[in-house]
Amino acid sequence: MNILEFEKLVAELDDTIAKARQAAARESRDALADFTELEAERDQLLREFFEGLTPWDEVLLARHASRPYTLDYVPLITEDFLELHGDRLFGDDGAMVGGFAQMGGQSVLLVGQQKGRDLKERQKRNFGYVRPEGYRKALRLMQTAAKFRRPIVTFVDTPGADPNVSSEERGISESIARNLREMSLLASPIVSVIIGEGGSGGALGIAVADRVIMLEHSIYSVIAPEGCASIIWRDPTRGADAARAMRVTAKDALALGLIDEVIPEPLGGAHRDPEATAAAIKEAVIRSIRDLSRLTVSRLRAQRYQKLRALGRFAEEGLPDNAPPAAAAVPASV
Amino acid sequence: MPDWFRRRSTHTDNGTSTSGAAAAAPDATPVALLDAASAVPEGAFTKCQKCSAILYTKDFERDLKVCAKCGHHHRLSAGERVEYTVDEGSFAETNADLIAVDPLAFPDYAEKLAKGRRSSGHLDSLLTGTAAVGGQPCVLAVADFAFMGGSMGSVFGEKFARATDLAIEEKLPLVVFCASGGARMQEGLFSLMQMAKTSAAVAQLAEEKIPYVVVLTDPTTGGALASFASLGDVILSEPGAYVAFAGTRVAQQAAQNQKLPPNYQLAEFQEEHGMIDRIIPRRELPVTLARTLAFFGVGTVTTAEGSDRTLPQTPGEIVSSNRNGSQ
Repeated sequence: MNILEFEKLVAELDDTIAKARQAAARESRDALADFTELEAERDQLLREFFEGLTPWDEVLLARHASRPYTLDYVPLITEDFLELHGDRLFGDDGAMVGGFAQMGGQSVLLVGQQKGRDLKERQKRNFGYVRPEGYRKALRLMQTAAKFRRPIVTFVDTPGADPNVSSEERGISESIARNLREMSLLASPIVSVIIGEGGSGGALGIAVADRVIMLEHSIYSVIAPEGCASIIWRDPTRGADAARAMRVTAKDALALGLIDEVIPEPLGGAHRDPEATAAAIKEAVIRSIRDLSRLTVSRLRAQRYQKLRALGRFAEEGLPDNAPPAAAAVPASV
Repeated sequence: MPDWFRRRSTHTDNGTSTSGAAAAAPDATPVALLDAASAVPEGAFTKCQKCSAILYTKDFERDLKVCAKCGHHHRLSAGERVEYTVDEGSFAETNADLIAVDPLAFPDYAEKLAKGRRSSGHLDSLLTGTAAVGGQPCVLAVADFAFMGGSMGSVFGEKFARATDLAIEEKLPLVVFCASGGARMQEGLFSLMQMAKTSAAVAQLAEEKIPYVVVLTDPTTGGALASFASLGDVILSEPGAYVAFAGTRVAQQAAQNQKLPPNYQLAEFQEEHGMIDRIIPRRELPVTLARTLAFFGVGTVTTAEGSDRTLPQTPGEIVSSNRNGSQ
């Protein structure tokens, strides 16, 4: 049973609980004990299932249709979000949003990838596949923020960059490459949060940062597991095996030393309690910005480059391999 | 999206082969028959992988593995690339002993590395060193498609970054020949991060005003094109090279019923859309590189006779001492 099948059972329990509540309200009787018992039973089921989540379950959770997207978090995390549009070159990409916001009493730039909830919205957001205009808009806004030393927060949630003809024509590769290069030099603190799907170069295009944080049930992957499976085993249905082999989960990325922090999600995943998830994101982002704001610009940039330079594991003849002596510990709450 | 190269590599493997290895490949059967029937020395003929013309191997190699009939530029190993590009004897390899580990214990990765080492003669997919091209000294990095499709793992990224360090230290331009399917899946997120690492290293070059020249060769796709390969101060390409973000299969799927434009995902398409400075035939690459490097004027220009002098007044004054590169 995968997470989606399991959730059907949970939904039935949720339904039963809701009905019991309604019945109790109608009859004005005190049936609190019944609900709490049912709820405890449901939470116990959730806990047990989530303890045994497979990497593939994590992939399904990261792509979950009810999972909060960037614009769901924005009002929960920031005040006074002023969305800004366009790359000043060609157009405006709905799969990338950005704007000024207030967060924890200071001005920040927020940039994020955006998926759609219904068909119309999905088309508008290009199913989260970012076009060159999206990366260029993001960079334009980030450079503006950096010019005025405003911290930058990015939310990553994309299956990947758009592979269509029109995106090739307008230089999708160049737009990502330029972001990677320029983000490494920006004079503002950058905090990236992987909130759902961290899909390959399309995700990295806004995730070159001083702090990279992942939500507990988000994934970060060099290629979609299905794509990996179809190359390695010539069988796209073996995505679950590829997800395991590539170690795409937040826990894995932290253990491998490739990200800085994992934010635990509410029981059952972010979609079961977006407010609590948002509060946890907000705390982590504000804390990161506060730490980074203590650094001088030159120190900040030097530290960012050192961090990027250290990415990778290899060996050199006569020397031990460069793996850190001990992998970062996973917080007990995860 | 590196999923295209496997399909291609099934019939091309390490570019061209002019020895008995070619006869082992299914599409080289006519050569094998020809060899057997006419009892000519093994490997005396080579079949063009595009137009199937049967070429004298000697002529083919003299033509730098460009088909005399159709002009198809066959893939080169990193070693051949160096030989065809730099002034004779000027290449000195650096960081040759960096070697991949298997950080995820990924299925079959160790075997693939071993195979790549055997077929390329190198420890990983990027060859780096110092060299001179048409008398212009530079730091050179050459990706080898024969090694796991030129994919970018941790070793690739580290060697690339060290090449940028060396270029900054020695105040030499960096020239990169790219032939890569992109990220190396077997290193998972480590390999994705090489996109950020190489691009950040290029940013350091820019900060130090060190020229960075990229030559795109067949094929350059995915994570390679979406990072260091798109960031050259000058971007050249060989004719007909497959240069694209998406692999053919992904592009076909994405296009669905849409008719793909002619030249789609070739260097010519990228040039037409303003992504490449110039397409340069293989034979002209050394002198074009020398002219390009001379513009930046970081090093002094050395003539074939080896005398140092000031920068040339006209491009024609640059004399390449490379036996293949003159003209």
